[in-house]
Amino acid sequence: MLKQLIAVISMSLQTLPQRLGASSVIVIGIAGVVAVLVSVLAMGAGFKHTLADSGRADRVIILRGGSDAELSSSVTRTDIATISNAPGLAKDADGKALLSNELVTVVNVPKFDTGTDANVTMRGVGLKLTEVRPELKIVSGRMFRPAVRELIAGIGAAKQFRGLTVGSVLRLRSVDWTVTGIFSSNGDVHESELMADVDTVGSSIERTGYSSAVGLLSSATAFTAFKDSLTSDPTLTVDVQREQEYYAKQSEGLTKTINIVGTTVAVIMAIGAMFGALNTMYSAVAARGLEIATLRAIGFGAFPVLLGVMIESLLLSLLGGAIGASLAWLFFNGHTVSTLGAAFAQVVFQLTVTRSLLITGIVWACIIGLLGGFFPALRAARLPVAEALRAG
Amino acid sequence: MSEAIVSLRNIDKRYVRGKQSVDVLQGLNLDIPKGDFVALMGPSGSGKTTLLNLIGGLDTPTAGEITVAGQRLDKLSSGGLSHWRANHVGFVFQFYNLMPMLTAQRNVELPLLLTKLSADKRKANAMAALTLVGIADRARHKPNELSGGQAQRVAIARALVADPMLLVCDEPTGDLDRKSADEVLHLLQILNRQHGKSIVMVTHDPKAAEFASRQLHMDKGSLLEAGAPA
Repeated sequence: MLKQLIAVISMSLQTLPQRLGASSVIVIGIAGVVAVLVSVLAMGAGFKHTLADSGRADRVIILRGGSDAELSSSVTRTDIATISNAPGLAKDADGKALLSNELVTVVNVPKFDTGTDANVTMRGVGLKLTEVRPELKIVSGRMFRPAVRELIAGIGAAKQFRGLTVGSVLRLRSVDWTVTGIFSSNGDVHESELMADVDTVGSSIERTGYSSAVGLLSSATAFTAFKDSLTSDPTLTVDVQREQEYYAKQSEGLTKTINIVGTTVAVIMAIGAMFGALNTMYSAVAARGLEIATLRAIGFGAFPVLLGVMIESLLLSLLGGAIGASLAWLFFNGHTVSTLGAAFAQVVFQLTVTRSLLITGIVWACIIGLLGGFFPALRAARLPVAEALRAG
Repeated sequence: MSEAIVSLRNIDKRYVRGKQSVDVLQGLNLDIPKGDFVALMGPSGSGKTTLLNLIGGLDTPTAGEITVAGQRLDKLSSGGLSHWRANHVGFVFQFYNLMPMLTAQRNVELPLLLTKLSADKRKANAMAALTLVGIADRARHKPNELSGGQAQRVAIARALVADPMLLVCDEPTGDLDRKSADEVLHLLQILNRQHGKSIVMVTHDPKAAEFASRQLHMDKGSLLEAGAPA
């Protein structure tokens, strides 16, 4: 059986050069499907990756009770004072809690590619910023100074929006701000943001309170005690979440939408590619009708013939899948784009072609190849030998 | 009379195409003794190739009993027929039906892939078959590098290599010039007389039929007469 199968496959593959044009329909069609599928899903993966990276298990975000995002949350100065005294927060050398009271607003900055204004998150941050977020590094220029209209821009934002270079002056909400530095933040969502002193931001938009507080815990296990102490305090109405959970929720909706759209487009293309594979394999079976009939006359079984045709289709599909996945990886992996995030502000992220996406693409290619090869293979296996010999 | 290798009783064969049906063979009876070399002759459409296909297990009758090499072929499934063909019959076709991508030796090895022989043994047997048909020196050549006569010898070697009792030949010289045809027919005669192979050969060519030990004539699905041994 195995010898028959190897012989049938070997003969199929050796005749491939004679059917190069027809066979390339399968390869190109499936390469297209896989390239589109992997690229679109890479968008979802990149977006999710960017938001999922925006957090640590030992960092918490405190919002007003019932708020699901910072933009709709409001935390008072009194609340901040209470929160900073809660058990479980890490302390600095002076015994002060590592807590950053933050104020989030949206400003308009023109995009490089279109020149049109886009919403960008401007985050007012507390003085403990670099201690609460140690991953934040200034890559050029310097940190902003408190009480001065200076800001630092995320490296992602600097790539996507105009005027975010060190020394340039931006007019945001009728106020001029000087860009003093560009920061990186391990590729997380904050790289899409502008950051400045929280009180300076507050005064410029005439707000006295904050959107949230972000605190660093003494350890990840301190979370429950910290949360319980705040949620059981009758003077506070706040929600406490680990930062990772908060950003995972923020990415959920868009990632789901991207995946649904990507999968839908890929399914439609896959149906087209499957018909291409069907057509090609029917042609291959017709072209090799005499060979198949001769093998059957000699005594080769129907099953090796069926498997042989399916494996040929599968191999062509695998080749198409590998080409498509490689193209997606070559052209889109690491490609920076931006989209409107959950806070109605642009989130800059990189398309991420992960290993699991490559495997997904190859699996899709195999499924298309097997479905496209099955019916022609069945026809080959059921070929009436005497008739096929006569027709040949 | 020696034991029959082929025995057909009341064979009907009807082809149905949509609403049309064509009776190709009607109530046909035939016995071919073991070791016989039979030439089946007759005009186109007389049913000789259909009869050959039934004897070779490539097709099944609509009615009747067909026994070849002791096996009731009309009772076998498609898979059973494949297995039976692999062990009991060798085919020689008009246009050789060699696999164009394989060398002569690899073509001859094909039937041996259905056996448990090792690769070395398969190769040795294929070379022995090619030697027997006088074409061992072309073993490494592909079909498009062979003349028609050489290609048909390779096809005969392929038919022989698994040592079947019966060779079924459909117009084996139909695509050959006279000289090559006579060489091939002479080879078949040797296989019949010296190696005891039973041969059933369909031919239009009376000269080819003369190489057989018996001639059977068909017309409109029936056997007309049995010719005397040459």
